[in-house]
Amino acid sequence: MQPFTRLTAAAAPIDLPNVDTDRIIPARFLRKPQDTPGYDRFLFHDVRFDAGGAERPEFVLNQPPFRAAKILVAAENFGCGSSREAAVWVLAAHGIRAVIAPSLGDIFSQNCGKNGLLAVILPADAAAAVRRQLHATPGATLTVDLEAQTVTAPDGVIHRFEVDPFRKQMLLSGQDEIGLTLGYAAQIAAFEADHRASPPWLTAR
Amino acid sequence: MGDTMFEKIWARHAVAEGPGGQTLLYIDRHLLHEGSTPAFVRLARTGRRVRRPDLCFATADHYVLTSPGAPAPDAEIRTMVELLTRHTGEQGIVFFAPGDARRGIVHVIGPEQGLTLPGMVLVCGDSHTATHGALGALAFGIGSSEVEHVLATQTLWQRKPRTLRITVDGALGPGVAAKDVILAIIATIGAGGGVGHAIEYAGSAIRAMSVAERMTVCNMSIEAGARAGMVAPDATTLAWLQGRPFAPAGEAWARAAAYWTTLASDAGARFDRETRLDAAAIAPTVTWGTSPQDALPITARVPDPAATADAGRRQGLERALAYMGLAAGMALTDVRVDRVFIGSCTNSRLEDLRAAAAVAKGRRAVVPAWIVPGSGLVKQAAEAEGLDRVFREAGFEWREAGCSMCVGMNGETARAGERVASTSNRNFEGRQGQGARTHLMSPAMAAAAAVTGRLTDVRTL
Ligand code: SF4
Repeated sequence: MQPFTRLTAAAAPIDLPNVDTDRIIPARFLRKPQDTPGYDRFLFHDVRFDAGGAERPEFVLNQPPFRAAKILVAAENFGCGSSREAAVWVLAAHGIRAVIAPSLGDIFSQNCGKNGLLAVILPADAAAAVRRQLHATPGATLTVDLEAQTVTAPDGVIHRFEVDPFRKQMLLSGQDEIGLTLGYAAQIAAFEADHRASPPWLTAR
Repeated sequence: MGDTMFEKIWARHAVAEGPGGQTLLYIDRHLLHEGSTPAFVRLARTGRRVRRPDLCFATADHYVLTSPGAPAPDAEIRTMVELLTRHTGEQGIVFFAPGDARRGIVHVIGPEQGLTLPGMVLVCGDSHTATHGALGALAFGIGSSEVEHVLATQTLWQRKPRTLRITVDGALGPGVAAKDVILAIIATIGAGGGVGHAIEYAGSAIRAMSVAERMTVCNMSIEAGARAGMVAPDATTLAWLQGRPFAPAGEAWARAAAYWTTLASDAGARFDRETRLDAAAIAPTVTWGTSPQDALPITARVPDPAATADAGRRQGLERALAYMGLAAGMALTDVRVDRVFIGSCTNSRLEDLRAAAAVAKGRRAVVPAWIVPGSGLVKQAAEAEGLDRVFREAGFEWREAGCSMCVGMNGETARAGERVASTSNRNFEGRQGQGARTHLMSPAMAAAAAVTGRLTDVRTL
């Protein structure tokens, strides 16, 4: 997994609340392997492109200052809905490395961490203030520092954020989580032996 | 002080405390479907094996066609089932394949087979896994990386969520279904109201529900943002489970049942949050917008964005109404529908089909209306009591089991601009097909819409 440490990059505002993962990647693209050429085009496909496949100029990621954004600053409950990890794969394919919002879908947020994307929760008013600055100065950059747990907004204000210590460690190191867990093989085996002995119906077939 | 049901199950499955306060949680059951393929591929690439194939069970649901005999519209769709067949075969995982009557929607067949049992931790790479919590299991949806992690280790690193108890007391009125209860709950707490929480549904209205109704409620926990939703096991649960193929039998059943009855939250247990609803105040409910929280009693009118002070919310409302093709202030009962979909892991069980058939009987569908049973066994049981005949005589289409138009991954989608009265769980933009418009409701309400061609208060039929 690609580690995440510190990133200074252009950010794009997404003002709509409750952006669901069906919107991030429509269901009909889920059968496309992640290495499909042009995978990035599936991102926000139905709001980003018209029926003829041409870009909709009003969509934020189609506007020149935001095309190269590596950070999204969203509204409440971004990434709600379906558990499809393709929502994160397609963001990553577009070059997005961090998503900032007042709240995020739980599964989406987990999925971000597994793919080297940093999910940041900021208070609603702070996130709204950052989005306003991005509208006022399109192409403005943010700095997201995972070690320090800070987001530096275009106006210079530094917002501190909380992050799960486990997630932080995994992202900073880029460690393979399954590899880590396999280091607990003895505990898992001991647990299984005990678990099987007490509720035998769990494994009875 | 006592423990909540959630805490009891969690504590029983904690293998180790890991770095940063996460718990390594043991997984009793792992359910798989066509969407699990990328996880199998990555696992194979790293040379790892499935640790406990005996605790994994797979079915084909999302990509199976529900119109028997029709050619797959696209080779990729066919490949999705073939890949699952291959991976489960290679790993020695039980697979309910096309042609097997036990095949069906993963959240229908798990409980139906007795694979889902109280006190278990059950996961599936699908956000509606909370459905299984209706039996008193801790069940939650996971992403593809987590699927791979469970395949390799039979565990998951999880941070303990907060607990939220939603108590619904009182009696439901006539024509009011479990679907109306969960839509009312989501409208009350919001689409993000349960984020970070495991929900326990409690109260006399939940206790009075059948297991199928409890599954409808738990199913849509994720639509309120919660990964898990659960109901304490009771006599209703046990009676429903006994004799299911994978449920314990004989002496093991007696021991299991004794354990399960200890799982309910203790009287003094404290929840991080509590919410209450009055069952008697819940009406047949429909959604009008593009988030499940956009739900109103069928007697209401389409909301007016101009009445909303907050600019962001106003914009959201305007966008939703534009997508849905609705005018502010119109009566919901004046909204005409183009088709009806009765199915999905929310509402495709035998009781759901009975409720729809009771409305369809002796009437005539005036728009295309599909009935898609949740499993092959649900279909057989419905046919045994003649429900298929009732539907066919009323002009409804009786189909094979699968996810079908809930998400349309198999190509069974609604057309752009089409308005669908649907018993599924998501009314997101494009969920049932690019440009399709979804109104969520109960099976009886969907059948009522089919016979009138508009959103209809089933109580007035
Ligand atoms: S019926 Fe719909 S919500 Fe349920 S598992 Fe299938 S696609 Fe997902």
